[in-house]
Amino acid sequence: MQPGMDHLDALEAQSIYIFREAFARLKKLALLWSLGKDSNVMIWLARKAFFGRVPFPALHVDTEKKFPEMYAFRERYSKEWNLDLKVDYCPPIDAVDPTLPPAARSAARKTEGLKLALNKYGFDGLIAGIRRDEEATRAKERVFSPRGLEGGWDVRDQPPEFWDQFNASPPPGAHLRIHPILHWTEADIWAYTKRENIPIIPLYLAKNGKRYRSLGDADITFPVASTASTIDEILIELEGSKIPERAGRALDHETEDAFERLRVAGYL
Amino acid sequence: MNMIAPAIAPNTVFATPNGTTRPQVSIVIVGHVDHGKSTLVGRLLHETGSLPDGKLEMLKAVSARRGMPFEWSFLLDALQTERDQGITIDTTQIRFRTRSRDVVLIDAPGHAEFLRNMITGAAQADGAVLIIDALEGVRDQTRRHGYLLHLLGVKQVAVVVNKMDRVDFSADRFNAIRDEISAHLTGLGIAPTAVIPISARDGDGVAERTAKIGWYTGPTVVEALDALQPARPLDELSLRLPVQAIYKFDDRRIVAGRIESGSLAAGDEIVIMPAGKIAKIRSVEGWPSSPTVTQSAGRSVGITLDRELFVERGDVIAHAGSAPRDTRRIRARIFWLHEQPLAAGASILLRLGNKETRAVVVAIEKAVDPGELASAEARAIARNHVGEIDISLAQPLAADPYVDNPRTGRLVIEVNGRIAGGGLVLSVDAGQRAVPVDIVPVESALRPEERSARYRHNGAVVWLTGLPGSGKSTLARALERKLFGDGGSPILLDGDTLRAGLNGDLGFSPQDRTENIRRLAEVAAHLARNGHVAIVAAVSPSREDRAAARRIADAAFREVYVATPADVCESRDPKGHYAKARAGVLHGFTGIGNDYQPPESVELTIDTSSRTVADAADDIERMLISTGILFDELTDLAANI
Repeated sequence: MQPGMDHLDALEAQSIYIFREAFARLKKLALLWSLGKDSNVMIWLARKAFFGRVPFPALHVDTEKKFPEMYAFRERYSKEWNLDLKVDYCPPIDAVDPTLPPAARSAARKTEGLKLALNKYGFDGLIAGIRRDEEATRAKERVFSPRGLEGGWDVRDQPPEFWDQFNASPPPGAHLRIHPILHWTEADIWAYTKRENIPIIPLYLAKNGKRYRSLGDADITFPVASTASTIDEILIELEGSKIPERAGRALDHETEDAFERLRVAGYL
Repeated sequence: MNMIAPAIAPNTVFATPNGTTRPQVSIVIVGHVDHGKSTLVGRLLHETGSLPDGKLEMLKAVSARRGMPFEWSFLLDALQTERDQGITIDTTQIRFRTRSRDVVLIDAPGHAEFLRNMITGAAQADGAVLIIDALEGVRDQTRRHGYLLHLLGVKQVAVVVNKMDRVDFSADRFNAIRDEISAHLTGLGIAPTAVIPISARDGDGVAERTAKIGWYTGPTVVEALDALQPARPLDELSLRLPVQAIYKFDDRRIVAGRIESGSLAAGDEIVIMPAGKIAKIRSVEGWPSSPTVTQSAGRSVGITLDRELFVERGDVIAHAGSAPRDTRRIRARIFWLHEQPLAAGASILLRLGNKETRAVVVAIEKAVDPGELASAEARAIARNHVGEIDISLAQPLAADPYVDNPRTGRLVIEVNGRIAGGGLVLSVDAGQRAVPVDIVPVESALRPEERSARYRHNGAVVWLTGLPGSGKSTLARALERKLFGDGGSPILLDGDTLRAGLNGDLGFSPQDRTENIRRLAEVAAHLARNGHVAIVAAVSPSREDRAAARRIADAAFREVYVATPADVCESRDPKGHYAKARAGVLHGFTGIGNDYQPPESVELTIDTSSRTVADAADDIERMLISTGILFDELTDLAANI
């Protein structure tokens, strides 16, 4: 971090740099907009990078099982932010690997939906809002992360990435995942959301002693006990908490390697 | 696993969530594969209170379920694949806080296959922890990692001597290892910031000086990390704004990029390199509002200029007067990560900042296996080896030597669309010849025979080699006068004369001498192809360089060895060089010493101590007739009937 810049300035500048690299080096980009706090920060950063515009589609892979508040948010801000919104739907659950535990199977359905959308539009780059601190396997991720033809991730054969030089030449038919907020933490996201006054879905704020820390499908995401009803209170709560962010995601707790298996198959 | 959750170390001043005032340092932990890196990392996370609640218990439960005793290293072994292999496999970024620093810890596995990750991790590190097993001592890989830290310019290195419990916390054993590693690192120009006895497993020396190491008075690991200095602020260097893109989303034409060093503001006079075009910054743009203060290193910015200029991605914007060099030639120290070794002549894609250009590896000067620390025969740089190379670029670019600017002085090399190596710029040589890509030679309007008919000779390169003072220049001038008198077209190319102009950028290092000879040969060969007799008078001490000149001029090349004895040359000393060299004020002088390599086979050998200048010139003339350059009367008649 350089003098005159605070921590959030440094994170922002790095993310903008990544967005501009992706836009300069790939032909057909899309931003995966899950409507959650992380992807809203991403949209905001993209507008900063491109002086108010998001010059590629915002893709929502819809499970049709999201919270009503999320759909309301999508309708409102896709217009207000002038997004080129593309909504694509996931296949029925029967089409998904039945050996997976229920929540993982549900998430795998989303992976299938993503593959369908990829084939439909032919994107060569997908901008995704994952962060290194969310989950251990994501700590191994690259900023520009090549995916195989099936969307799979080969953790052991990742090309070197250093000095902000990115591998941006996916083989024909394959695509890249681009992770502009990989280096952010959950607390960073909230502090930045507050500083920039970025809209959020109200489910993140406590109501009746519970709030959502992470938003997925309504049937497999559960609120955590919390009294944090403002972003400031969330930040204070995070300072004191050592409970993982994805504690409310059933998927992460089903088996030790469920998440890893999903990622190898192309989950975010 | 969520090891990166914000964690508060004991005694830490409670920082704001955006952690405004705490310097951040990145460190890498290196050392032999089994010396306990992962254990140390696990222990550090525990000692600094950086583990999420329940994590330790969960891992202990998992270990029990698998029937294995708990190890601290399990904390890092989050991936199924890692556990299967029994080694950690990639650089993982982990953060924790010491009293006054935010530390980003890059766990760097030591297994040879994953050296590239260590290299790429260490390349971003402000400091390093080098770990050594107290029982095993300094191993090959320990030395290799120390050497790599040196190559990558990591200067702050703390050494930990781990597993002290295995040597009964012996101060003697510790001192022996400390002395050995200190000597090794000092030899590489690295002064260890601390050498610390620890037991990562039991915690001695990590955050606490326990009774078992009561004889040790230095810092603990946590204290040593707390003392690391963050990198020198980039905003104190000259402005470098590499251009990422030009946006025309509306009526503004915005030049976008990240300021790598220095700072800028509206109104600044700037120069766009490598073209050297001058402009002024009209405005600094931003969204939702434009910044009103000076923008400094680290910021991603957008600017508009006061005039319409051709600017493109990869250009570098600097302040007039402190611009980077424009170059088509770079010397770099690189580390190679690709299975296919990098060889001279290789065609590569080079990325420096936002510039990308095709390039050719012209020469490989050194190739080193960091484990052996010995320069190999410099033909190719193998995977995980390092070397120094000369690169010729298809397009000019703007660059700085790494010592002047770490951001615009580093590059990566791509092979088949994948980053295959990286390196630091050692020097940039403005104006050197690029590979002839897209160059279409224009043929002369005259045919060689037309010139030959007029000059009565074919084109040739007469290359006079010999010690300084051997009489090359005198002889060359006599030959020039003689050929001209006969109606020919001789042209003198004197080595010293060309050094004043064409070769004015070259010194007397072996590489520069080689390049000097190459240029002489290219010019001479061009003249010869156009029917002139180029007379080159140059010491040209290297046999290999002269062989290269012969290859360039091909069939037109006539080598003359002016073999005047060394003592005669020195007694003549027409330019006073021998005297200066003997007095020690002229370095790199060929003459005294034995760096002149006499030719093994030449067209003609002349000793000017036993021949007059006129006789010697006649000797050369006869040689040129007998080898088909000069037409004698009969040939001349036959050719023109």
